[in-house]
Amino acid sequence: MDPLRIISMLVVAAGAFFLLVGSVGIIRLPDFYARTHATSKSDTLGLMLVLAGLAIYEGFDLNSVKLLLVLVFVVLTNPVGAHALALAAQKFGLRPTFAGEPRDAGAAELVDAVAANQEEEEEEEEEEEEGS
Amino acid sequence: MGREFVYVAVILTIIIIIPFYRVVKGPTLFDRLLGVGAIGTKTLVLICLVGFVYGRIDMFIDITLAYAVLNFIGNIAIAKYFIHPRADSEGSP
Repeated sequence: MDPLRIISMLVVAAGAFFLLVGSVGIIRLPDFYARTHATSKSDTLGLMLVLAGLAIYEGFDLNSVKLLLVLVFVVLTNPVGAHALALAAQKFGLRPTFAGEPRDAGAAELVDAVAANQEEEEEEEEEEEEGS
Repeated sequence: MGREFVYVAVILTIIIIIPFYRVVKGPTLFDRLLGVGAIGTKTLVLICLVGFVYGRIDMFIDITLAYAVLNFIGNIAIAKYFIHPRADSEGSP
Protein backbone atom coordinates (compact mmCIF):
# COMPACT_ATOMS: atom_id res chain seq x y z
CA MET A 1 0.00 0.00 0.00
CA ASP A 2 1.26 3.42 -0.75
CA PRO A 3 1.73 5.79 2.20
CA LEU A 4 -0.91 8.31 1.10
CA ARG A 5 -3.58 5.64 1.39
CA ILE A 6 -2.48 4.68 4.92
CA ILE A 7 -2.51 8.35 5.99
CA SER A 8 -6.03 8.83 4.59
CA MET A 9 -7.30 5.71 6.40
CA LEU A 10 -5.81 6.94 9.70
CA VAL A 11 -7.46 10.36 9.30
CA VAL A 12 -10.83 8.73 8.45
CA ALA A 13 -10.55 6.48 11.52
CA ALA A 14 -9.83 9.50 13.75
CA GLY A 15 -12.89 11.25 12.29
CA ALA A 16 -15.08 8.21 12.98
CA PHE A 17 -13.83 8.27 16.59
CA PHE A 18 -14.88 11.90 17.01
CA LEU A 19 -18.31 11.15 15.48
CA LEU A 20 -18.68 8.37 18.08
CA VAL A 21 -17.76 10.86 20.83
CA GLY A 22 -20.48 13.21 19.55
CA SER A 23 -23.09 10.43 19.56
CA VAL A 24 -22.20 9.31 23.09
CA GLY A 25 -22.29 12.95 24.24
CA ILE A 26 -25.84 13.36 22.91
CA ILE A 27 -27.18 10.55 25.07
CA ARG A 28 -24.90 10.95 28.12
CA LEU A 29 -24.77 14.69 28.89
CA PRO A 30 -27.19 15.97 31.55
CA ASP A 31 -28.81 18.99 29.88
CA PHE A 32 -30.03 20.35 26.53
CA TYR A 33 -27.38 23.09 26.39
CA ALA A 34 -24.60 20.62 27.22
CA ARG A 35 -25.85 18.35 24.43
CA THR A 36 -25.72 21.28 22.00
CA HIS A 37 -22.04 21.52 22.90
CA ALA A 38 -21.48 17.86 21.94
CA THR A 39 -23.25 17.98 18.60
CA SER A 40 -21.82 21.30 17.41
CA LYS A 41 -18.14 20.71 18.20
CA SER A 42 -17.42 16.96 18.21
CA ASP A 43 -19.56 16.23 15.17
CA THR A 44 -18.04 19.10 13.19
CA LEU A 45 -14.49 17.97 13.97
CA GLY A 46 -15.31 14.36 13.07
CA LEU A 47 -16.89 15.39 9.77
CA MET A 48 -13.89 17.61 8.97
CA LEU A 49 -11.46 14.74 9.55
CA VAL A 50 -13.46 12.15 7.56
CA LEU A 51 -13.95 14.42 4.54
CA ALA A 52 -10.30 15.54 4.65
CA GLY A 53 -9.21 11.89 4.70
CA LEU A 54 -11.44 11.12 1.71
CA ALA A 55 -9.98 14.12 -0.15
CA ILE A 56 -6.44 12.83 0.55
CA TYR A 57 -7.47 9.38 -0.77
CA GLU A 58 -8.95 10.88 -3.94
CA GLY A 59 -5.92 13.02 -4.80
CA PHE A 60 -6.08 16.50 -6.30
CA ASP A 61 -8.90 16.76 -8.83
CA LEU A 62 -12.41 18.20 -9.15
CA ASN A 63 -13.97 15.67 -6.75
CA SER A 64 -11.59 16.46 -3.89
CA VAL A 65 -12.20 20.18 -4.40
CA LYS A 66 -15.95 19.50 -4.16
CA LEU A 67 -15.35 17.47 -0.97
CA LEU A 68 -13.46 20.42 0.53
CA LEU A 69 -16.37 22.67 -0.54
CA VAL A 70 -18.82 20.45 1.41
CA LEU A 71 -16.38 20.52 4.35
CA VAL A 72 -16.23 24.33 4.41
CA PHE A 73 -20.03 24.62 4.07
CA VAL A 74 -20.76 22.22 6.93
CA VAL A 75 -18.08 23.76 9.16
CA LEU A 76 -19.74 27.13 8.65
CA THR A 77 -23.36 26.01 9.04
CA ASN A 78 -23.37 23.21 11.65
CA PRO A 79 -22.43 25.40 14.66
CA VAL A 80 -24.77 28.14 13.39
CA GLY A 81 -27.69 25.68 13.35
CA ALA A 82 -26.90 24.41 16.85
CA HIS A 83 -26.62 27.98 18.13
CA ALA A 84 -29.94 28.96 16.55
CA LEU A 85 -31.61 25.97 18.23
CA ALA A 86 -30.08 26.88 21.61
CA LEU A 87 -31.24 30.50 21.19
CA ALA A 88 -34.77 29.29 20.37
CA ALA A 89 -34.78 27.09 23.51
CA GLN A 90 -33.62 30.01 25.66
CA LYS A 91 -36.30 32.35 24.27
CA PHE A 92 -38.89 29.59 24.81
CA GLY A 93 -37.96 29.52 28.52
CA LEU A 94 -35.85 26.40 28.93
CA ARG A 95 -33.61 26.90 31.98
CA PRO A 96 -30.11 25.37 32.15
CA THR A 97 -29.57 22.63 34.75
CA PHE A 98 -27.16 23.76 37.47
CA ALA A 99 -24.66 21.69 39.47
CA GLY A 100 -26.18 19.51 42.19
CA GLU A 101 -29.54 19.16 40.43
CA PRO A 102 -30.79 15.91 38.86
CA ARG A 103 -30.54 15.37 35.12
CA ASP A 104 -32.92 17.47 32.99
CA ALA A 105 -34.31 19.45 35.95
CA GLY A 106 -34.93 22.53 33.77
CA ALA A 107 -36.60 20.42 31.06
CA ALA A 108 -38.94 18.78 33.62
CA GLU A 109 -39.99 22.24 34.88
CA LEU A 110 -40.66 23.41 31.33
CA VAL A 111 -42.75 20.33 30.53
CA ASP A 112 -44.79 20.84 33.72
CA ALA A 113 -45.28 24.56 32.95
CA VAL A 114 -46.47 23.85 29.39
CA ALA A 115 -48.88 21.15 30.63
CA ALA A 116 -50.31 23.51 33.30
CA ASN A 117 -50.69 26.26 30.69
CA GLN A 118 -52.61 23.90 28.39
CA GLU A 119 -54.97 22.85 31.22
CA GLU A 120 -55.71 26.50 32.01
CA GLU A 121 -56.51 27.23 28.39
CA GLU A 122 -58.84 24.24 28.20
CA GLU A 123 -60.65 25.37 31.37
CA GLU A 124 -61.07 28.87 29.95
CA GLU A 125 -62.51 27.45 26.75
CA GLU A 126 -64.97 25.35 28.73
CA GLU A 127 -66.05 28.41 30.76
CA GLU A 128 -66.55 30.40 27.57
CA GLU A 129 -68.70 27.63 26.11
CA GLU A 130 -70.80 27.48 29.29
CA GLY A 131 -71.20 31.31 29.33
CA SER A 132 -72.43 31.45 25.75
CA MET B 1 -12.02 0.55 -5.29
CA GLY B 2 -12.25 1.48 -1.64
CA ARG B 3 -13.11 -1.84 -0.02
CA GLU B 4 -11.78 -0.67 3.35
CA PHE B 5 -14.42 2.06 3.40
CA VAL B 6 -17.09 -0.63 3.78
CA TYR B 7 -15.89 -1.29 7.33
CA VAL B 8 -15.94 2.43 8.17
CA ALA B 9 -19.47 2.68 6.72
CA VAL B 10 -20.69 -0.21 8.89
CA ILE B 11 -19.20 1.36 12.04
CA LEU B 12 -20.73 4.72 11.08
CA THR B 13 -24.17 3.09 10.72
CA ILE B 14 -23.90 1.88 14.32
CA ILE B 15 -22.84 5.40 15.38
CA ILE B 16 -25.91 6.85 13.61
CA ILE B 17 -28.28 4.56 15.54
CA ILE B 18 -27.16 5.95 18.94
CA PRO B 19 -28.83 9.43 18.77
CA PHE B 20 -32.21 7.80 18.00
CA TYR B 21 -32.46 7.24 21.77
CA ARG B 22 -32.50 11.01 22.28
CA VAL B 23 -35.02 11.51 19.45
CA VAL B 24 -37.45 8.99 20.98
CA LYS B 25 -36.91 9.82 24.65
CA GLY B 26 -35.85 13.48 24.78
CA PRO B 27 -37.67 15.39 27.52
CA THR B 28 -38.32 18.46 25.37
CA LEU B 29 -38.89 19.11 21.68
CA PHE B 30 -35.48 20.81 21.41
CA ASP B 31 -33.68 17.61 22.44
CA ARG B 32 -35.47 15.73 19.68
CA LEU B 33 -34.56 18.37 17.09
CA LEU B 34 -30.93 18.28 18.22
CA GLY B 35 -30.89 14.49 17.77
CA VAL B 36 -32.37 14.82 14.29
CA GLY B 37 -29.69 17.38 13.37
CA ALA B 38 -26.92 15.11 14.62
CA ILE B 39 -28.32 12.18 12.61
CA GLY B 40 -28.41 14.41 9.52
CA THR B 41 -24.77 15.45 9.93
CA LYS B 42 -23.59 11.87 10.30
CA THR B 43 -25.71 10.70 7.35
CA LEU B 44 -23.81 13.24 5.24
CA VAL B 45 -20.57 11.42 5.99
CA LEU B 46 -22.22 8.05 5.30
CA ILE B 47 -23.37 9.18 1.83
CA CYS B 48 -19.80 10.25 1.01
CA LEU B 49 -18.44 6.87 2.10
CA VAL B 50 -21.07 4.99 0.06
CA GLY B 51 -19.97 7.04 -2.95
CA PHE B 52 -16.40 5.83 -2.46
CA VAL B 53 -17.56 2.22 -1.99
CA TYR B 54 -19.41 2.28 -5.32
CA GLY B 55 -16.59 4.22 -7.01
CA ARG B 56 -18.98 6.94 -8.20
CA ILE B 57 -18.00 9.81 -5.92
CA ASP B 58 -18.62 12.38 -8.70
CA MET B 59 -22.37 11.68 -8.46
CA PHE B 60 -22.68 11.17 -4.70
CA ILE B 61 -20.81 14.36 -3.79
CA ASP B 62 -23.61 16.47 -5.36
CA ILE B 63 -26.19 14.55 -3.30
CA THR B 64 -24.09 15.29 -0.23
CA LEU B 65 -24.05 19.01 -0.98
CA ALA B 66 -27.84 19.10 -1.45
CA TYR B 67 -28.34 17.13 1.78
CA ALA B 68 -26.14 19.57 3.72
CA VAL B 69 -28.13 22.56 2.45
CA LEU B 70 -31.49 20.91 3.28
CA ASN B 71 -30.31 19.97 6.79
CA PHE B 72 -29.19 23.54 7.49
CA ILE B 73 -32.34 25.18 6.08
CA GLY B 74 -34.62 22.91 8.11
CA ASN B 75 -32.73 23.60 11.32
CA ILE B 76 -32.79 27.37 10.82
CA ALA B 77 -36.49 27.39 9.82
CA ILE B 78 -37.57 25.53 12.97
CA ALA B 79 -35.38 27.71 15.23
CA LYS B 80 -36.80 30.84 13.58
CA TYR B 81 -40.33 29.53 14.19
CA PHE B 82 -39.68 29.20 17.93
CA ILE B 83 -38.10 32.68 18.18
CA HIS B 84 -40.92 34.41 16.22
CA PRO B 85 -43.97 32.11 16.36
CA ARG B 86 -46.37 34.50 14.60
CA ALA B 87 -45.55 35.49 11.05
CA ASP B 88 -47.91 38.51 11.05
CA SER B 89 -46.24 40.39 13.92
CA GLU B 90 -43.38 41.93 11.87
CA GLY B 91 -40.55 40.30 13.81
CA SER B 92 -41.73 40.97 17.36
CA PRO B 93 -42.51 37.82 19.33
